Amino acid sequence: MTLKRTLENIENQFETFQILNEEGEIVNEDYMPDLSDEDLKEIMRRMVYTRILDQRSIALNRQGRLGFYAPTAGQEASQLGSQFALEKEDFILPGYRDVPQLIWHGLPLYQAFLFSRGHYKGNQMPEGVNAVSPQIIIGAQITQTAGVGLGYKKRGENAVAITYTGDGGASQGDFYEGINFAGAFGAQAIFVVQNNRFAISVPVEKQSAAQTIAQKAVAAGIEGIQVDGMDVLAVYAATKDARERAVNGEGPTLIETLTYRYGPHTMAGDDPTRYRTEDEDNEWEKKDPIVRFRKFLEAKGLWSEEEENELIEKTKEEIKAAIKEADNTPKQSVTDLIGIMHEELPSNLKEQLEEYKEKESK
Amino acid sequence: MAQMTMIQAITDAMRTELKNDDNVLVFGEDVGQNGGVFRATEGLQKEFGEDRVFDTPLAESGIGGMSIGLALTGFRPVPEIQFFGFVYETMDAISGQMARYRYRSGGTRPMPITVRSPFGGGVHTPELHADSLEGLMAQQPGLRVVIPSNPYDAKGLLISSIRNNDPVIFLEHMKLYRSFREEVPEEEYTVELDKAAVKREGTDVTLVAYGAMVHSCLKAAEELEKDGVNAEVIDLRTVAPVDYETILESVKKTNRAVVVQEAQKQAGIAANIVSEIQEKAILHLEAPVLRVTAPDTVYAFTQAEEVWLPNHNTIVEKVNDVMNF
Repeated sequence: MTLKRTLENIENQFETFQILNEEGEIVNEDYMPDLSDEDLKEIMRRMVYTRILDQRSIALNRQGRLGFYAPTAGQEASQLGSQFALEKEDFILPGYRDVPQLIWHGLPLYQAFLFSRGHYKGNQMPEGVNAVSPQIIIGAQITQTAGVGLGYKKRGENAVAITYTGDGGASQGDFYEGINFAGAFGAQAIFVVQNNRFAISVPVEKQSAAQTIAQKAVAAGIEGIQVDGMDVLAVYAATKDARERAVNGEGPTLIETLTYRYGPHTMAGDDPTRYRTEDEDNEWEKKDPIVRFRKFLEAKGLWSEEEENELIEKTKEEIKAAIKEADNTPKQSVTDLIGIMHEELPSNLKEQLEEYKEKESK
Repeated sequence: MAQMTMIQAITDAMRTELKNDDNVLVFGEDVGQNGGVFRATEGLQKEFGEDRVFDTPLAESGIGGMSIGLALTGFRPVPEIQFFGFVYETMDAISGQMARYRYRSGGTRPMPITVRSPFGGGVHTPELHADSLEGLMAQQPGLRVVIPSNPYDAKGLLISSIRNNDPVIFLEHMKLYRSFREEVPEEEYTVELDKAAVKREGTDVTLVAYGAMVHSCLKAAEELEKDGVNAEVIDLRTVAPVDYETILESVKKTNRAVVVQEAQKQAGIAANIVSEIQEKAILHLEAPVLRVTAPDTVYAFTQAEEVWLPNHNTIVEKVNDVMNF
């Protein structure tokens, strides 16, 4: 007699949720979200805008005109589908690749560029934009999200905290602590893991024996779902559902989106050809979120090549204007930095402030 | 006025602020029903309810991260780290995150968090319970580190810390929790942060200390007086930032100084104070500024604790070296 085994049973429960297949056909009509034609077009506009922004950001980085940058192409459906399901009052705690969500939540583009350049003004969310700037330490934002979600619950707010990390982040202790705390306290929180298959270079198969990241929710006693992360409608529907349950007091959700980043990990010298094959890249590009959504919209008569080209031109103009505004922002000084460390300057910094004021006035 | 131990004064400070401000939340491992392993939160859950005083899962990084999230939604968290040796589990949440959030939000998001934690030697704890890790915290820009030496200061400093809009690491020396009582007002009052106190006036040598070592210095000063040496004793109270003004004023008067800390010698608070004294007052000095510290080993828990820890005798020896230089 052997003891009862449960792992296989649990793993079999986690099927990939899809609404729109690679051909742009609805395959899961029952879950088709209630979105107007205008909403559908807006989602497409945001994905195209973000793809163009990624291309321009990579170019700007190569010209030395941008600082830290983590490419986003391939992940638009995961990033923007989930953000589109949010309300203005929801709080975003992003990872370092999640600048697009911040932009669509209200961070002006020129400030996103300033963030990339390490300027403190890139970290100042405009009044009413509930978000913090992208987290650099993998997973640190996950425990904080449990706290924001608990804060919203304590205040009786009709809002959620949402955080993003990658498959790599799901190995961190903070990932488990965050989802466990959120479960224990019934925090109004959503944890999105964008599983793009690689923690820089290490494939998911080497990161964990777990067949899915979504199943890790079971250990924390919270809901978990695996979603086709190249299908913007599925990501939207899963996030919308998670949001509704969170604000209704039904607890937090872990959403794993299966996606792929076409580019390198960051622009700081990563070379994906060292750990990925061209075949694999091609396989994933066939699943492209924009291609399949374009097919879907075109079949509905909602999208045209002309409209897309117009959008691309407009986006390029906006990017040009934003980079100009970033260029025109006075450079950050050490004096500025001292000024934003504390509410009230401690004595040591008072002395150092004088020193740097003098240095920087020359 | 009431006679209180330091732990009672600390409970009283939290009660005061829980009453004053609905945004104050007290939480940590065993702080709810159980009232904390040292009873620092005794009765608070009963008085203020589970919504404001509550137990957390046993995970220090989670406690630190959750504190940040609560601060982001306007709360004023007062988390407890059960023993400060466990801070390594939450170093990122404290040093990598809460200390940097004001900066990282371009000055827009305050972190009014007071992390309370017992530390300090001489009470025969297991490993990683007694360590003096204030030096680690002091190196992190954005953090304040406060260490009271008596019940009156403990209450006033804790109230000031909770009201402060930047993160404070509030370290409570275990040996002082119940070692003596003193008069502590039942009404609210504050003791200013970043400000040292002259605990004993003297003319011949300045002793600088904090936490339990303040008492060892006072005892040493009594011994020294028998030999005609009149020591001034300064209690830092806030160890980051250090109130150098008070120290320098004293050293310029006494022309000699000994800096005392329970922590190991290398890279600590004392080293910084010695540097500052020689940078700002070298021409006032009649002798090198010496340090009394523990040796550079891990904390000698239980076995060699009594020898490892500095005490009034080792302080008297160093003062004699300075006097006879």
